[in-house]
Amino acid sequence: MGTQYEQMWKDLGLDLTAHDALLQVLGKGYQDIFLSQSDRPQGMDYFNFVMSEVHGLRVKELLDGKKEGHKVIGSFCVFVPEEIVRAADATMVGLCAGAEFATEEVEKVLPRNTCALIKSAFGFKLGKVCPYIESSDMIVGENTCDGKKKSYEVLDTMVPNLYVMDLPQTKSNEGRALLRAEYERYKKAVEELTGVTIDAARLRNGIEIVNNKRKAVHRLAELRKADPVPISGLDALLINQVFFYDDPIRFTDSVNKICDELEVRVSEGKGVNSKASPRILLSGCPMAVPNWKLPWVIEQSGAVIVGEESCVGERGTRNQTDGSGTTVDELMEAIVDRYFKIDCAVFTPNPDRLEHVKQMSSDYRADGVIHYGLQFCQPYQIESLPVEKALEGAGIATLRVDTDYSMEDVEQIKTRVEAFVERIRMSTCSACRCS
Amino acid sequence: MAVCGIDVGSRTIKVVVMDQDTKRIREFRKVETTYTPVDQCLKVLNGLAAERTVATGYGRKLLQNHVKSDSITEILAHALGAGHVFPESRSVLDIGGQDTKAISLDSLGRVAKFEMNDRCAAGTGKFLEFMATSFQIPVERFGDFALEGKPGLSINSMCTVFAESEATSLMAQGHRPRDIALALHQSVVKRSLSMLKRVSVDGPLVFSGGVAMNLCVRQLVEKEMKSPILVAAEPDMVGALGAALYAAQLEDR
Repeated sequence: MGTQYEQMWKDLGLDLTAHDALLQVLGKGYQDIFLSQSDRPQGMDYFNFVMSEVHGLRVKELLDGKKEGHKVIGSFCVFVPEEIVRAADATMVGLCAGAEFATEEVEKVLPRNTCALIKSAFGFKLGKVCPYIESSDMIVGENTCDGKKKSYEVLDTMVPNLYVMDLPQTKSNEGRALLRAEYERYKKAVEELTGVTIDAARLRNGIEIVNNKRKAVHRLAELRKADPVPISGLDALLINQVFFYDDPIRFTDSVNKICDELEVRVSEGKGVNSKASPRILLSGCPMAVPNWKLPWVIEQSGAVIVGEESCVGERGTRNQTDGSGTTVDELMEAIVDRYFKIDCAVFTPNPDRLEHVKQMSSDYRADGVIHYGLQFCQPYQIESLPVEKALEGAGIATLRVDTDYSMEDVEQIKTRVEAFVERIRMSTCSACRCS
Repeated sequence: MAVCGIDVGSRTIKVVVMDQDTKRIREFRKVETTYTPVDQCLKVLNGLAAERTVATGYGRKLLQNHVKSDSITEILAHALGAGHVFPESRSVLDIGGQDTKAISLDSLGRVAKFEMNDRCAAGTGKFLEFMATSFQIPVERFGDFALEGKPGLSINSMCTVFAESEATSLMAQGHRPRDIALALHQSVVKRSLSMLKRVSVDGPLVFSGGVAMNLCVRQLVEKEMKSPILVAAEPDMVGALGAALYAAQLEDR
């Protein structure tokens, strides 16, 4: 990233030295993990560009937009409905939470045994290296897990514009009523922030933009059912990550463009891996940029990831919002309907998620499921054991991996993932008793 | 024709050379890993004639830049090795220098499920070695020393550093070192067994890896499993044996 953005970063209050160091690590990681892959679709060029400008051009766009009155709303969770944000001509961005940064500073305000995602969000703020959080006119926290809701109390002392959304914990009528009330309250807050009154036409427009974005990633997901799979799991994950940053209309076009290319690949029987590569479904905690460690290890081990049962992936994008309503009330109901179906592990009980993992495993013709749990993420770590038991019971090979953002356990994870790939490969071999 | 398996472990490097056809073991060798594992590998392989080499262990990839070889994980290697020595086996517990693995096998000897400790070396050979050092006893004799201990004490922490302070506290309370040593062994076994339970062991268990040479751990595992366990004559060679068997399989194809 060039120096033409230096003034912009300075104006945002970033620590330029630390930020440079971060961009260097990010650039090198991207080079090693993404650009070194072979047979990448041409359409990935766009996403390479987005990533190379993730703290540059995209931030400039947001700041230019702000000058024209388009507010920026930062979020940490897929429960924050982008439809409402778009309806008020504002822009929603996912906030940085995928890398270790300023850990020492973070551990002055949060316990060490806090999950890496929360620590990372604080690290980016305390280290002054996230242009998105500094550009945000409103930062939305949400009461999902205990770690997040308690740490928002701490974040509130560090930023002037935190808005906390309450969320239900059960899929009950009371839970739904709470979500409905909270989305109403959020709509009002967005209206106040932007000075825009959200009417039915605006809401329908917001729904359409976000539905189109989801439709494009659904199309991408569908293409990954092909064998051999036309795109690597890493590239598909990257697209799902860019989902949270990019201009939604341009993103939608770019995803559709790469899907056109992938359709040709599928019709020609071309893939990024041979048909013999074990197909893996990744399930569990979200993977924010640049958290690529586990997918990278998996694909380095000769397997290919065919789907993500994750907030950055299908859990986050499953289901559309019905935009056929004619009143604000009807459309708000439709938004609640869509988001209330998200099967996040903070819900209790949460049987839909297990069904979805099974369904995805069969739809994407996965040979095995790797469950990714972020250390200290109680909701997903606790669910991982019954999920593993149920999947193995249904004859689906499953590997549980609990890790964080550090690189110190890469070798141990490699051994486990490689052994899992061997297990899948050998399960089709009938003569292993070598005597 | 000869094939070779090499297990580049954290403490020792083991080599097995076998006939590809008969699977008869021609030779085995062992050296310390030290801090120059590549040199040690080349040293131990020096003068060996093998058509194909398969490496396993944490250093399995290390060899590839120096010797033409394939690699498999320790999990597959121990499953293959254990299944070869004891065809009736249905599960494997391998406690090595820095890893513990629990593996269940299907009726064909294939890996059905496995568990492995993560980044921390608690409950492995390293843990016992560290503790033996603090008792000023050579690690080879630590098991016999513990066998003379009386049961009753327990060490609850699995972290090597915390377990040492627990042991120190017990010493300060006047407990006999032998009894504390037994408690340390029990803690290793307790941890390994919980891993075994997670892979749902069903049928005869093979105990492999360097720690299987420790009589105390062996007896405690047997006692906890409430059934006899199978231990090869050279339990630390099982991984290298599995790698050699895999090399033979590759040649057979």
